[in-house]
Amino acid sequence: MRLFVIYTVDGITNGMVYAAVALALVMIWRATRIINYAQGAMAMFTTYIALTVIRHGAPYWVGFVVALAAGMVIGAVTERVLVRPVESRPPLNAVILSLGVLILLEAIAPMLFGGQTQSFPVPVSNIDIVAGTTSLPVAPFGLFTVGAVLVAMLLLFLVFQRTTLGLRMRAAAFNPEIARLLGIRVGRMLTLGWGLAALLGALAGMLAAPSVYLYPSNMDEVLVFGFTGAIIGGLESPVGAVAGAVGVGLALSYVSGYIGADLAPLGGFVILIVVLMLRPQGLFSFGRQRQV
Amino acid sequence: MSRMLRGSTLVRHGLMFLGLTVVLLLLTSFVFDAYTNYNVTEVAILAISAAGLTVLTGINGQVSLGHGALMMIGAYTTSVLLTWHPDLPLVLMLVASIVTTGIAGAIVGIAGARLRGPYLAGATLALAVALPQVPSHFASIFGGNQGLSVPTPTPPPFLGANFTQEEWLAWIALAAGVITFFVLANLVRGATGRRFRMVRDNEVAARLAGVDVARTQILAYVISAACAGLAGSLFAYWVTRTSPSAFTLNLSLSLLTAIVIGGLGSLVGAVVGSFILVYLPVWTGGFASSLNLSSNVANNVPLAIYGIVLIVAILVFPRGIAGGFASILRGATRVLGPSRRSPSLPTAPETPSQ
Repeated sequence: MRLFVIYTVDGITNGMVYAAVALALVMIWRATRIINYAQGAMAMFTTYIALTVIRHGAPYWVGFVVALAAGMVIGAVTERVLVRPVESRPPLNAVILSLGVLILLEAIAPMLFGGQTQSFPVPVSNIDIVAGTTSLPVAPFGLFTVGAVLVAMLLLFLVFQRTTLGLRMRAAAFNPEIARLLGIRVGRMLTLGWGLAALLGALAGMLAAPSVYLYPSNMDEVLVFGFTGAIIGGLESPVGAVAGAVGVGLALSYVSGYIGADLAPLGGFVILIVVLMLRPQGLFSFGRQRQV
Repeated sequence: MSRMLRGSTLVRHGLMFLGLTVVLLLLTSFVFDAYTNYNVTEVAILAISAAGLTVLTGINGQVSLGHGALMMIGAYTTSVLLTWHPDLPLVLMLVASIVTTGIAGAIVGIAGARLRGPYLAGATLALAVALPQVPSHFASIFGGNQGLSVPTPTPPPFLGANFTQEEWLAWIALAAGVITFFVLANLVRGATGRRFRMVRDNEVAARLAGVDVARTQILAYVISAACAGLAGSLFAYWVTRTSPSAFTLNLSLSLLTAIVIGGLGSLVGAVVGSFILVYLPVWTGGFASSLNLSSNVANNVPLAIYGIVLIVAILVFPRGIAGGFASILRGATRVLGPSRRSPSLPTAPETPSQ
């Protein structure tokens, strides 16, 4: 029973990191119909920037803010400079483009920051909390991880649902033509959307790095699990993405705990296939089914 | 004779590929040195796998980010069988790998036939990450992270004492490649290929015309996986050790990028893309090591250049490098042509892939 609790807590904590990646993917998918395979590499890159800032003597929080800001800039620049020209082209072009960005970032990172695996600092302790004589199965950093992602989601929700800017961004994603007719600068909204998504990805990078360590491809698996969660959730729904990603986190944690850590990715794959066999559009997608 | 050449694709392709085989085998034995043969073998192996992916993604419109995992199934089939029975002939290994990977492809295809666009991409991506973990877990069969060693095939004695193992492996890989391309080229031009394209371009129209969409997609997956299995088996002989670390996510992604860069939907493009995959690092690596850079920089120059090539190629040549050259040629011959719009993929306007 105690093991089950530990696995559950671990699963939820990791799942929240996957959820941040999943939400970033869903935001970009809804706005531009593109899956940003470079999301993980962008997060890796911003985490390296944060580490450099921290290594130069700045406090963790300065590095944290720098990483999020850098994420926003990288996301926005990528959209404006690279993605914009392929938005109207066949979808595979955007896939290859984002894979190109992924490969480029994973090649530049070791040139700038060194190729060896590095440990990454935590802002609060990573050791389980002890209450009285019993050790609880949760560490302050775990609570921070869950809290940070929840706060980020809440802020994004408020921006999208309660502000004029959010309304414009939703309109631009929902129907670019009509949004343009209503005077919305659709291009700018898309750039901003990519920036916000990459910011969320950068957050995931900061939260994942202490446990997966920092090296050029450290976010590859996190991206795949976040993508898996987003697909299980149906790609269209932010709530679904978060639920799916937490589900993936839990599943990986149970498989890795009870069967073997090696098989965790296989467990994720099996669950994805089972869900997609039952609902090819994901769990939270209520749109029109494909008609053939 | 000339009427027969024009009339029968089979005869024309047969003569063409026969000539190609002779030229390639002569080149490997009399022109190339051992290092070139080693690289040419890799080009042939990747081209076989990429050609299979071209049929699946370029011609049938199903995207796969997990073809490296299918190659892994082929490689492990060969390696495990050779560990059990080291004396089994090479041809049998190749066939066995084609069969097992083809079966695996059928399973993936049955699951994949219900999925479209990013859903299919995500499922195959998850496969690419998940499958390489299996040998680590079942170490008693697959040798764990160390992998299994594969003996290099020895050339038959009648080729003479000077005939090296590199030459022999290059012969095998090139022969397998030529046969694969011969089979695929005929398949793509025939009724099966037409059905594949029909399903890619318009599923509803395909169904109305009596094409079983799901069965067609599964068939495309089986053919594509069989190619990956053959490539995987050859890959095992080429590396001489089969371990999970050889089948990274990068391999799967490289195969997809190669066929798009080469020119999506064209078998020649698969060869061009594989050539770039092998020779870009060879050339840029030599260039980088001549600059006296630190090892962190020099080791990653080839990868960075590959990333830049991908980005630039997509922005400048949306139809791939082979397509880009073709349109430059067409532009040169028809300078005053009516079309001034930049070319985009006209063959696949609705490719449901992401």
